[in-house]
Amino acid sequence: MNISLSITKNIHEWLFSIMPEGVASITEMVLIAVVYLAVFAVAGLYLVLLERKVAAWFQLRIGPNRVGWWGLLQTMADALKLVSKELTGTEKADKFLYNLAPYFVIVSALMALAVFPFTQEFQAFDINIGVLFLMAISSIGVIGILVGGWSSNNKFALIGAMRSGVQTISYELSVGLSLLTMVLITGSLQLSEIVEVQKNGWLIVQGHIPAVIAFMIYMIAGTAETNRAPFDLIEAESELGAGFHTEYSGMKFAYFFLAEFINMFIIAAIATTVFFGGWLEPSWLTSLGIAEAFPAIGVVWFVGKTLVIVFLMMWFRWTFPRLRIDQILTLEWKYLLPLNLLNLVLMALIVWLNLTIQL
Amino acid sequence: METTTINNNFKSEEYFINMGPQHPATHGVLRLLLTIDGEIIKKVEPDLGYIHRSIEKMCERDSYQQIVHLTDRMDYLSSHINNEAVCLAVENALEIEVPERVKVIRTIIGELTRIASHTLWWGVMGMDVGALTTYFLGFRDRELINDIFEETCGARLTMNYNIPGGLMYDIHPNFVKRVKDFIAHFKTKLPEYDRLLTGNVIFQKRMKGVGILTKEDAISFGASGPVGRGSGYSCDVRKHHAYSALDKVNFKEVLRTEGDSLARYEVRVQEMWESMSIIEQLIDNIPEGDYKVATNAVIKLPKGEFYQKVEAARGELGVYIVSTGTKNPYRLKFRSPGFSNLSLLNHIAVGGKIGDLVASMATLDIVVPDIDR
Repeated sequence: MNISLSITKNIHEWLFSIMPEGVASITEMVLIAVVYLAVFAVAGLYLVLLERKVAAWFQLRIGPNRVGWWGLLQTMADALKLVSKELTGTEKADKFLYNLAPYFVIVSALMALAVFPFTQEFQAFDINIGVLFLMAISSIGVIGILVGGWSSNNKFALIGAMRSGVQTISYELSVGLSLLTMVLITGSLQLSEIVEVQKNGWLIVQGHIPAVIAFMIYMIAGTAETNRAPFDLIEAESELGAGFHTEYSGMKFAYFFLAEFINMFIIAAIATTVFFGGWLEPSWLTSLGIAEAFPAIGVVWFVGKTLVIVFLMMWFRWTFPRLRIDQILTLEWKYLLPLNLLNLVLMALIVWLNLTIQL
Repeated sequence: METTTINNNFKSEEYFINMGPQHPATHGVLRLLLTIDGEIIKKVEPDLGYIHRSIEKMCERDSYQQIVHLTDRMDYLSSHINNEAVCLAVENALEIEVPERVKVIRTIIGELTRIASHTLWWGVMGMDVGALTTYFLGFRDRELINDIFEETCGARLTMNYNIPGGLMYDIHPNFVKRVKDFIAHFKTKLPEYDRLLTGNVIFQKRMKGVGILTKEDAISFGASGPVGRGSGYSCDVRKHHAYSALDKVNFKEVLRTEGDSLARYEVRVQEMWESMSIIEQLIDNIPEGDYKVATNAVIKLPKGEFYQKVEAARGELGVYIVSTGTKNPYRLKFRSPGFSNLSLLNHIAVGGKIGDLVASMATLDIVVPDIDR
């Protein structure tokens, strides 16, 4: 029935038949990790290309179109260039931390990908505290940015890093609280379970008013979490040059760059899973029975919905001016956080009074 | 006692940071020495000299026809207006009356230059506050003006279209049609600027009440152009000392009294509307006639001092010539708008954040080669 699933199942059985159990599971984990790494490194590169194409579309340009058809190999070429470049850095940098920082950022970004349910079966790591895990992992990234900015021994980088610390710590609250609002409906932190619950209608429909508010807050805070415009203060080009990664070059810079795009994908993927039914198809399509015939089509739905939200975030970036640092903090602590707490109470009331919309 | 010790331990320290000469926000090679406490600006010291080409000294060496070419390289975004300033100064000194046709064409191209300069400013202004798309919209419209210039005189940026006594060439037969097309196009596109940037709530919050310059300060710092008018200082040379064909047209001097960054921004956007209105009034009745009057091959100004001021895109540009009756000026001094406008940067930026400094600096619309001649 499901080709992709049967392949993984066959590999699983084959591995366990030729190896002792412990070795087999370790080999399987490594295999999965390598596949995820490869797939998402390439996916990250193509998100860069997508961003450039979207930006070009907004800005009356054509965008990359020289390397490969429609510029499809452009980011590959860029990545190759970055890999082969000499690594330069400041002489008085704190070498150990300076070299460590990019790994914090990229590892935290890639680790978060493990828990997403791409379809019912296609999930690397289904833990019962999925949402909590995502929150925890995504906050490791900021350590990398802080450490990188601080150890570069550059004042512009330091200002960028300080801004990033202030901003990410603030907006994590909003991301967490808006997701918690949705958890009130599902009653579970497990991502696969959260998607299952949405068979009665996507959570943004089930939770109607508070869910829509939570989604808006999540999108604002999520954009701030990924440090993208209008919250790109940490690398604010016109103010700080390049912010925290001023002194990074070559592959180390590429890690920061790639992590930004993978983080954007993650923020969009969380939104897809929690608000828009993850891999589920829209309810008006269920009667066609496509999903029953090909369960793997869920991946298409998942990635499709995620890309729509990614596009939304790109739209923000190429439209809005940047906020100032005090305005960013005012927005979070004076507006989003109180609103979020009120919204949480409202959602609790709605769930308690059974006012959710069940299709 | 206890609290004092704690306060001492956490005493914040001012630090020094070098913004420029290579920095995206300084638009060229301006170096700012910033003293910062955290994010708060304590002191801004502009450091000039990175693009000094001693244009004023070179003017003492050159003939008056050659000087016109040097002025292109000062404020390259309003090169036509710079040329015009020198030509007017020389013509007034020689007491030449240029034909009406020349006056009208000079005014039309001058206003086109102003629009081109303001569209470019609008583009980079948006970039400085983080909205990257504005840059391309600004350049889209500026390109059309540059195309008109290219067809008129062969150059897109450093035009050299003026000569003492008139114009280098007559206008191209397509000129009138293309200018009209541009005006029709730009009338539909200028509201787009407001929709994209001006009305944006983030932009309003970034600009309103930031970088305030009072009218008194504007006058005492010698601010001119949109910077002065944003503070309510009526300083439009086109209005008060009309030159070329500007006394024949009706236009409003755009004034705002708030004196903040938003006021300076709005003055420039409104000025583009006014410039379009000036062009519309003139474009249909360009008088027939010669495009220049004959001057001597070697221009010798009479002995004395001559001053001519014009309204460049950035403000009042003054040309002060001291002549000893030879073919070169004894001394030629440019009063450039950017220099005076930059001098007030410290005044409006202190106490703000780094982001405010960049936004305020963008509303001053500095062009470094104009400041640093």
